[in-house]
Amino acid sequence: MVEHRPGLTFLTHAILLAGVAIIAFPLYLTLVASTQTAEQITQAIPMSMLPGTNALETYKIALFGGQSAAGSEITGSAPMMLVSLITALIIPLGKITMSMLSAFAIVYFRFPFRNLVFWMIFVTLMLPVEVRIGPTYEVVASLGMLNTYAGLSIPLIASATATFLFRQFFLTVPDELVEAARIDGAGPMRFFKDVLLPLSSTSIAALFVIQFIYGWNQYLWPLLMTTSEDMYPVVMGIKRLIGGDSYTEWNVVMATAILAMLPPALVVMLMQKWFVKGLVDTEK
Amino acid sequence: MEKRVRFKSSWLPWLLIAPQMAIVLVFFFWPAAQALRQSVMSQDPFGNNSEFVGLENFERLFADASYLESFKTTAFFSVLVAVCGLSIALLLAVMANRVLRGAGVYKTLLIWPYAVAPVVAGVLWLFMFASPMGVIAYWLRMLGLDWNHLLNSRHAMALIVVAAVWKQISYNFLFFLAGLQSIPKSLIEAAAIDGASPWRRFWTIVFPLLSPTTFFLLVINVVYSFFDTFGIVDATTKGGPGKETSILVYKVYYDGFKAMDMAGSAAQSVVLMCIVIALTVIQFRFVEKKVQY
Amino acid sequence: MASITLNKVFKRYGSGKTANLVIHGVSAQIADGEFVVVVGPSGCGKSTLLRMVAGLEEITGGEISIGNRVVNDLEPSERDIAMVFQNYALYPHMNVFDNMAYGLKIAKVPMDEIKARVDKAAKILEIGAFMQRKPRELSGGQRQRVAMGRAIVRQPQVFLFDEPLSNLDAKLRAHTRLEIQKLHRELGITSLFVTHDQVEAMTLAQRMIVMNAGVMEQFGTPEEVYNRPASTFVATFIGSPPMNLLKNAPEARPGTILGVRPEHLAITSEGWALCVDALETLGAERLVYGRWLHGAGDELVIIRTDEGQPVPELGSTIHVTPRADRLHWFDATTGKRQ
Repeated sequence: MVEHRPGLTFLTHAILLAGVAIIAFPLYLTLVASTQTAEQITQAIPMSMLPGTNALETYKIALFGGQSAAGSEITGSAPMMLVSLITALIIPLGKITMSMLSAFAIVYFRFPFRNLVFWMIFVTLMLPVEVRIGPTYEVVASLGMLNTYAGLSIPLIASATATFLFRQFFLTVPDELVEAARIDGAGPMRFFKDVLLPLSSTSIAALFVIQFIYGWNQYLWPLLMTTSEDMYPVVMGIKRLIGGDSYTEWNVVMATAILAMLPPALVVMLMQKWFVKGLVDTEK
Repeated sequence: MEKRVRFKSSWLPWLLIAPQMAIVLVFFFWPAAQALRQSVMSQDPFGNNSEFVGLENFERLFADASYLESFKTTAFFSVLVAVCGLSIALLLAVMANRVLRGAGVYKTLLIWPYAVAPVVAGVLWLFMFASPMGVIAYWLRMLGLDWNHLLNSRHAMALIVVAAVWKQISYNFLFFLAGLQSIPKSLIEAAAIDGASPWRRFWTIVFPLLSPTTFFLLVINVVYSFFDTFGIVDATTKGGPGKETSILVYKVYYDGFKAMDMAGSAAQSVVLMCIVIALTVIQFRFVEKKVQY
Repeated sequence: MASITLNKVFKRYGSGKTANLVIHGVSAQIADGEFVVVVGPSGCGKSTLLRMVAGLEEITGGEISIGNRVVNDLEPSERDIAMVFQNYALYPHMNVFDNMAYGLKIAKVPMDEIKARVDKAAKILEIGAFMQRKPRELSGGQRQRVAMGRAIVRQPQVFLFDEPLSNLDAKLRAHTRLEIQKLHRELGITSLFVTHDQVEAMTLAQRMIVMNAGVMEQFGTPEEVYNRPASTFVATFIGSPPMNLLKNAPEARPGTILGVRPEHLAITSEGWALCVDALETLGAERLVYGRWLHGAGDELVIIRTDEGQPVPELGSTIHVTPRADRLHWFDATTGKRQ
């Protein structure tokens, strides 16, 4: 900035640190709670803000399930993490594949009803899963896709934003590259594989990060879609731990919350460059 | 914008768009058509008989005080989320844009809540406000505020707003920061030479130049609080106490899947679709403007 | 090796009322091993013509043959051609070697032979040192060489150049011009070279096609084009400063235009009487802009004199005489040479 006023710089850092602290506070508390026992949390008022010693025990139960110290039966979240992981991989991979292919067709071919196709994809922007839950549920049910990975992921896969992103990107690829490839004897699919795909790698990475998080964090849809416990994603599992009338084992809930936050948070922090690019690109 | 060169094939493009078209038709257009159809039909709870009733479902819907109430709740909720989320994020972004060293670290530490699922965010904040062990609830009691979001509707609203804002700050922050970084430094320097104080510079130069970003984020935040906050509500208040925090999306879900009023729920879906369409149109108008700008 | 035959080639974009005819029936015969330059102002259809030969644009009417084959319906890769693009069109994610080898790999040429051919081309073009680099790590001139290398390794019947020098700076352009000449002498491959730059056209061409608004105005050697321009368009497009086209010269006959190049006008004691309107000094030569004394509107006569000649004063009267054997007569309505 323009001036060098130590006071102002100090204030700046103070505000930022306060922001970081407030943002991080729930996470800290969650971590602390996950290291204590259920009794320690509920009986101390307020709960202790210092880490306890029960971490190993809590995470073991949170992951693999079993009889908790308080006596209730806990379902382990490890299988649910796997469900989440599989869904969170199918969704971005499916989305990327599908939208790249259709963007490729729309940009590089001329075919009847091309504009209609484009508009049909465009309109899906206006139909997020939240507004069509009821009828979509019926469609999925009538196709026998309840409690399947297909049912969990496919209705969320078609994505206008990803198709637009790739269309936008393909339009910036110079025409001469296609011409050079045609003179080199490359057909459409060869051009797609050898030229377009490698050139799109950063867009693919960016989209993957965003869609992985989107897939991992789905809640409403699996809530309707899955009735069998072995198809619950982990974010649903957490909710179930505090749902019932039984005694809520907050330490296990919090350990599960940490486990559920970890993969997407790591993806965001480690792949920050692509994450930011993905956010900015998909919102254009 | 069009390509000069195209590949020639009569069947390949159809093969390429087939997967997406199949999904769009089966999982978007079919359900949307179903929603439209059901919204003008009456159906008994067992789904056996249905007859055409015209706009009766919509009339019933808009005559229903609880639905109108839910509209108001949603509007109130989204205004609070947008205003709080945007102002906090803007403050942090302006600060992060000021620091020369450590900006990257601050950024990393501020963006991770984006990765947290709304329902998990709800659980985290519920834990802090829960009685009796919740830390914040305890502090509030110390301050003389008897926190109880299970009974007090204002407390319940505050709880979902806090959780929703917390999760959305990172998104707003990133876009504000990008917007701030795209403001030419020479403009700020010119204003400084003109003798404008940092405070004045912000309100007369930076904030107006940031207005496209702000407007964009405003729309995005409204969309977010309308549709993406289901998990937060379901984890914390379940629409309660009473129906005081039952936002539209929660009501669609509740009426359709808990109360099994499919026709009413379908009519609600149609209303929601109209809202999304309106918001999308606003957003695209804005994008066009930005291109000219 | 092959000749190229264009037989009444037409190109039209769109159809019906919005149809836009951009090539109006061009016929030309390019001999085997010949270096032909297509030159014309932007929008004259010269690139479209080249791209039709390449197979990148469909041919609306007429026929194009390479060797003895009519290529109208052949894919670009089946026409046995190679092309150097204006912006080079190198694959940004492939290194120099892969860029040059890509076409051969698709054609399933054995790896040994690909290596041998790429090495040979790299040696000719002196780009062997950066075979592993990506295009963005190369200078403009180096990229241009790689683009030429990619064309050479294909060992095509025909080279097509689409303004390949226009992205280079003036010095490099002059140098590359010489290199392309040398390359053509060595390889002797039939070449079609498109440019808007008349200097490039004059220096590179064995024969040149001058195009204007989709019509081939003239096809001939640079000497023919300079000495006997077929139309007023060619007369003014080739040569700098352009030929004077005079309607008001004392010799002029009604319905005709007299053309005379500035370098073929000399300041003498007798002859056309002109008032000196402006002077430009270009170092080795000087341009004198004169206006008819007998008052004929805005028509200017440009005279080129050498630096040793006396400098006429602005506003003074001079007399000039054209070289009698360098007069060109054109029809005033059609612009054609008479």
